[in-house]
Amino acid sequence: MLESYLNLFIKAVFVENMALAFFLGMCTFLAVSKRVETALGLGIAVVTVQTITVPINNLVFQYLLRDGAWGWAGLPLLDLSFLGMVSYIGVIAAVVQILEMVLDRYFPALQHALGIFLPLITVNCAILGASLFMVERDYGFGESLVYGLGSGAGWALAIVTLAAIRERMKYADPPKGLEGLGITFITVGLMSLGFMSFSGIKL
Amino acid sequence: MIPDTKPGWTGGQARDLLLGPIFDRNPVTCHVLGVCSALAVTTSLQTALIMCAAVIVVLCGSNTAISAIRHQIPPSIRIIVQMTVIASLVIVVDQFIKAYAFDLSKSLSVFVGLIITNCIIMGRAEAFAMKNPPGLSLLDGLGNGLGYSLILLTVAAVRELFGAGKLFGYTLLPSAYEGGWYMPNGMMLLPPSAFFIIGLLIWAMRSLRPDKE
Repeated sequence: MLESYLNLFIKAVFVENMALAFFLGMCTFLAVSKRVETALGLGIAVVTVQTITVPINNLVFQYLLRDGAWGWAGLPLLDLSFLGMVSYIGVIAAVVQILEMVLDRYFPALQHALGIFLPLITVNCAILGASLFMVERDYGFGESLVYGLGSGAGWALAIVTLAAIRERMKYADPPKGLEGLGITFITVGLMSLGFMSFSGIKL
Repeated sequence: MIPDTKPGWTGGQARDLLLGPIFDRNPVTCHVLGVCSALAVTTSLQTALIMCAAVIVVLCGSNTAISAIRHQIPPSIRIIVQMTVIASLVIVVDQFIKAYAFDLSKSLSVFVGLIITNCIIMGRAEAFAMKNPPGLSLLDGLGNGLGYSLILLTVAAVRELFGAGKLFGYTLLPSAYEGGWYMPNGMMLLPPSAFFIIGLLIWAMRSLRPDKE
């Protein structure tokens, strides 16, 4: 039991890295990776939101949307799974909003640090992507909790690493047209190539 | 760059709205919007084409719908309203693909759903549709959708041609495994190559038009 959770976690962090293997959350990934500190802040915010939203969406799917979920109410034929996407994005938007309020009330320092990143997270494809993958792969509640944590951690790892590389790259001298965005894409490609080497791991 | 809101708009404006985003203000290479899904579905032209069609439909639909109700949307909750409109359109498209091309919908996996969080769609809704009438917004949506498609199809063509020696599933370069002469470059089908190709495309586009930043 514990072993399978651990395997899932390792797989979500390294083998199926959200950013480098599935290209999720690329827009923020490229935009907010200029400095390590800001990247770390966003990374922590993503891990937090991911760990909360994936299990909640799992419950929403299991008890409200899945085929036959309304059996107890005398509606065994009701299949609401087509409402999935709009429900998940609603849950994500709501969680982000609530998290912002809770942080504001109880941890103002943390809110100050993460404040600007939280709204960005609603439109981060990594968050919605994790929920959709969770549904597609039919994870249970425990698995979805681990998967949320793992995929968030993998994304955070990737963005912090990229930010560190980009900080160093300020001193490099690429061709004119390649400066900025172009070279960043190439760098991400090389990082992705590195992470590909984990894909041989059988868990 | 974006023309002012005027009741009587000219043909030139319309052309600029439609063609501008394809080269000059390409959403992918100039503003790095929507690359999330752009890369994952480009291993073959067929999936890329379906993805492009889906994005164009959603982008036109959401731009038109949001523009039509832009005076009724309260500013404080506009993001949620836009999200709901977009998500509903994506669900329709997703169900449509599932109904008529089930195998393709399997290979697209979750990426049709991820159109919801595609920054191009939110970005155009927020930047253009909230300020302009429906007709212009439709054109803007179509233009940006085509710009996105151009990049997506280019990347997909390169990856499929060099990765499998095929285009649209038809063999162009007979692979060495099947008695031909071409040794397929397997890396083209893996994620890293997509990053390299986009990086090189951006390089090419910026070198050709150095003034556009």
